[in-house]
Amino acid sequence: MSEKNFAIEVKNLTKKFNDFVAVDNISFQVKKGEIFAFLGPNGAGKSTTIKNLTTIQEPTSGEIFVNEFNCQTQEEEVRKSFGIIFQDQSLDEDLTAYENLNYHAILYKVKNKEKKILELLEFVGLMDRKDDFVRNFSGGMKRRVEIARGLLHEPKILFLDEPTIGLDVQTKNFLWKHVKKLNKEKNITVFLTTHNMEEAEAVANRVGIIDHGKILIIGTPREIKEKTGAKNLEEAFLKLTGEEIRSERVDQMDRMRRHKPR
Amino acid sequence: MKSALAVMWHRQVKEYLRNKQRLAVSLVQPILFLIAFGFGIGSNFSSSDGISYIQYLIPGVVGMTLLMSSTMSGMSLIFDKKFGFLKETLVAPVSRMQLIYGRCLGGATTSTFQGLVVLFLGYFMGFKIENWARFPLILIAMFFTALLFSLLGTMLASKFDDMQSFPSIMNFLMMPMMFLSSAFFSVENYPKILQYVVKFNPFDYCVKILRFVISGIETNLAFCTLVLVLLIGLIGALATYFFNKIEA
Repeated sequence: MSEKNFAIEVKNLTKKFNDFVAVDNISFQVKKGEIFAFLGPNGAGKSTTIKNLTTIQEPTSGEIFVNEFNCQTQEEEVRKSFGIIFQDQSLDEDLTAYENLNYHAILYKVKNKEKKILELLEFVGLMDRKDDFVRNFSGGMKRRVEIARGLLHEPKILFLDEPTIGLDVQTKNFLWKHVKKLNKEKNITVFLTTHNMEEAEAVANRVGIIDHGKILIIGTPREIKEKTGAKNLEEAFLKLTGEEIRSERVDQMDRMRRHKPR
Repeated sequence: MKSALAVMWHRQVKEYLRNKQRLAVSLVQPILFLIAFGFGIGSNFSSSDGISYIQYLIPGVVGMTLLMSSTMSGMSLIFDKKFGFLKETLVAPVSRMQLIYGRCLGGATTSTFQGLVVLFLGYFMGFKIENWARFPLILIAMFFTALLFSLLGTMLASKFDDMQSFPSIMNFLMMPMMFLSSAFFSVENYPKILQYVVKFNPFDYCVKILRFVISGIETNLAFCTLVLVLLIGLIGALATYFFNKIEA
């Protein structure tokens, strides 16, 4: 069973793809109301962990509790509990911004949906573009639609998988400002992965560093710096994971992207 | 609109109606078949029971339209995998069964619409609906034929990720189904072995049902319907199984 004050509890999670071990027997907890950053080099197992936490992948072994529900046996309860902003885009580009949010609201049985959708579109500054097709949006605007969508059903836990990749400074700033605000005002737990150490140091209460599918260290940024004797998180990160450049395992999406029609 | 089933259906239909270009292009092939077979072969066709070739051909071409457009509707799943929208539906608190059936019912609806357009075009070639009282049955037969092949296309799309090979795999499947059936002409003159193969072609049963409800040409309707219903159950179960296995 899961303990009361954990938003996320992972016990001995292992995820294998054939004989490749993406996540190797990891355990950790994230407290309710915490902002937790998961750091690691390419291919360390960050995204795989998020995919297991968000029920898109089945663990090979181990147990996961999200909002006190078991990810394998209470999938539907788990899914109601969280919102997610994916690493790569996940909007239907042939629909308008409003339609994307509207379908989401129905899938999550959001009450009072028209009002909430308009409020969130206002919040992300896309009110005047609500009836435009998403395919005509810039990368930053698409991200903002995804942020609005991730918040629409008022999740207790927000997953952000490398949310600031490819974003301009304004959108980055907007994202972090509001993530912190939501965390403070609505006590939303935030689980994020990132490559950007400064970002992690600035927003996260606690940080976990993962490499080769194993967690190397967990603690507040200050604790990690003290333990490793580093000036900042980036230095600590390099001390722990080494300076060698990593190659990422090619996943399904990348394989498909290579077949993009010209 | 309240359920995930309705959302997926609605999306499929909405995007179909928005894409006028695709609709126009998808009618080219059935029209060519109507012209080539209708005018080309029709003039040499003689039937013992006084049925004109066009009455025989139209249900086959309608069937072909349903077969092609519904199987290809599986392509939308490949697109959703590629452009990420699939993940959005997979993390939603809804059953995957609703997601897949919503898609396939949507695909079947748009295919049926396309089949109706072909039926209407047949009018310009002298085709007449035999019995208007059967029109609801025509719709039902078209819809279930389309549903079977939407499920088949979506089942295969659950297994394949590659946008480029999917259409060729589909063609590889559809061509034999079309020509090893009685869609365009009777298979009585085919060698015995091929006639035997036709008996294992699901599409042939659909054509026979369509031919009965559209043109009133007798067939073993009860048996054909049983085969269609059983196949929908079987392919539906397999499609759900494979769709459940998708990991994004």
